[in-house]
Amino acid sequence: MCTVCGCGEGESRIEGKHTHHEHDHTHGETDHHYGHGPAYAHAPGMSQSHMVQIEQNILSKNDEYARANRQAFAEKGILTLNLVSSPGSGKTSLLTRTLQDLTEEIPMAVIEGDQETSRDADRIRETGVKAVQINTGKGCHLDAHQVGHAVEHLSLQQGSVLMIENVGNLVCPAAFDLGEAAKVAILSVTEGEDKPIKYPDMFHAADILLLNKIDLLPYLDFNVEQCIDYARRVNPGIQVFKISAKTGEGLQDWYQWIRLSLQTRLLGHANRASEAVAKTMTD
Amino acid sequence: MHEMSLCEGVLQILQTEAEKQGFQRVKTVWLEIGELASVEIEAMRFSFEVVMKNTLAESAQLNIIHKPGVAWCMQCEKTVTVKQRFDECPDCGGYQLQITGGDEMKIKELEVE
Repeated sequence: MCTVCGCGEGESRIEGKHTHHEHDHTHGETDHHYGHGPAYAHAPGMSQSHMVQIEQNILSKNDEYARANRQAFAEKGILTLNLVSSPGSGKTSLLTRTLQDLTEEIPMAVIEGDQETSRDADRIRETGVKAVQINTGKGCHLDAHQVGHAVEHLSLQQGSVLMIENVGNLVCPAAFDLGEAAKVAILSVTEGEDKPIKYPDMFHAADILLLNKIDLLPYLDFNVEQCIDYARRVNPGIQVFKISAKTGEGLQDWYQWIRLSLQTRLLGHANRASEAVAKTMTD
Repeated sequence: MHEMSLCEGVLQILQTEAEKQGFQRVKTVWLEIGELASVEIEAMRFSFEVVMKNTLAESAQLNIIHKPGVAWCMQCEKTVTVKQRFDECPDCGGYQLQITGGDEMKIKELEVE
C-alpha cells in the first residue's frame, strides 16, 4: 500500500487487475533491482557495517510457541482442534451443539478468539463447558503465544478435547500454527461454493471441511459437488462432512471423527492415559 | 492485516540476533518472500516502517527478494511455475501438483553495525 495516498501497489487487485495509477509522488525507491546492495557485493573495507546471514523463518517465534503447545497437548493426550471460517458460518452454533452433545462422554474446553467482546465465551459457558475468551484487539488471528497463556486458565484434564474458535477470517489464521492437531474449516452453504478457491491458503491448510447449514440447500443454488471439487483442488486430502448444526443432520460422523481422533492420540499414552482410553471406548 | 504481526516477528528475531551476535543497529534487512506466502508486499513495507520505529532497526532499508511459486506435476513428472495454489499445470492442465517452493517467508540477511 502506498503510504502517501493509500493506493495498492502490491498483490491487491480489483476485478483481477493490479491497481496502478499515475503518481506525482515517488515511493522512495528509484532502484528496483535488489541485487545491487552490499549483500551481493561483499566489498572489502565496507565502513564499520557488516553483513549477517541469518536465514530465519519470520514465523519462527510463533512456531516455537506452537511446538511447545503441541508438546504440552501430546503429553496430556489432549486433542486440540483449530476452528476457522469466515464470520457468520455458524461456527459458534456448531460449537455449542457439539459441546452439548459430547460433554457427557468427553471432557471438553474452549478457547474463543474474537476481536472484541466476550459474547461467544458467554454462549459457550451457558453449556456448562469451561471457556476462555481471547480478544485480539487490532489482531486478525490468534497466535500460539496467546493460546499458550489461555491454556493456563483452563487446567485441562488428560484425554480432553480443546476447541479453539479462531477469529472469523479466512486469510490470516491460515499462516499461524497454534499447536493444534487439526484445522477444521467451516463453510456454510449460504456462502459461495467457490470460497475454497477464493481463499485457497485456508482450505489448503485445513484437514477437515464442515459444510454447514445444509438444511437450507432446498432454498439455495449452492452446488455441493462443485464446492467439494474446488476444496479438493486446493487440498486433495481434505475430509468433508455435510452437516447442519441446527437440525443435527450429519453431526454423528463429525462426532465419530472427534472420538476416533481422540482415541488415536490417547493410544500413544498407554500408561498415563489408559483410564481415559478405557472410558471413551466404553462410552 | 497480518503483515503487522509478521513485522513484529521480524523485530523479535532482530532483537534476539543483536544480543547473540553483538550488533547495535540494523541498517538493511533482506527478506525472502514467496509468491504463495500470502504476504502483501506493500502492506509489509508499510508495517515494517511503523513497527521498526524507535527500535534498533529504525529507518532500516527493507529489501524483498521475490521467490516464484513452483510445483511438481505428477503427470508431467517435472517442475512447473504456478501463480496461485489452485493453478492447473501450465503444460498438461491437470491439478495433480505438489507445491515445492514459493511459500517461504524468511529473513535472509542483515546489514548491521
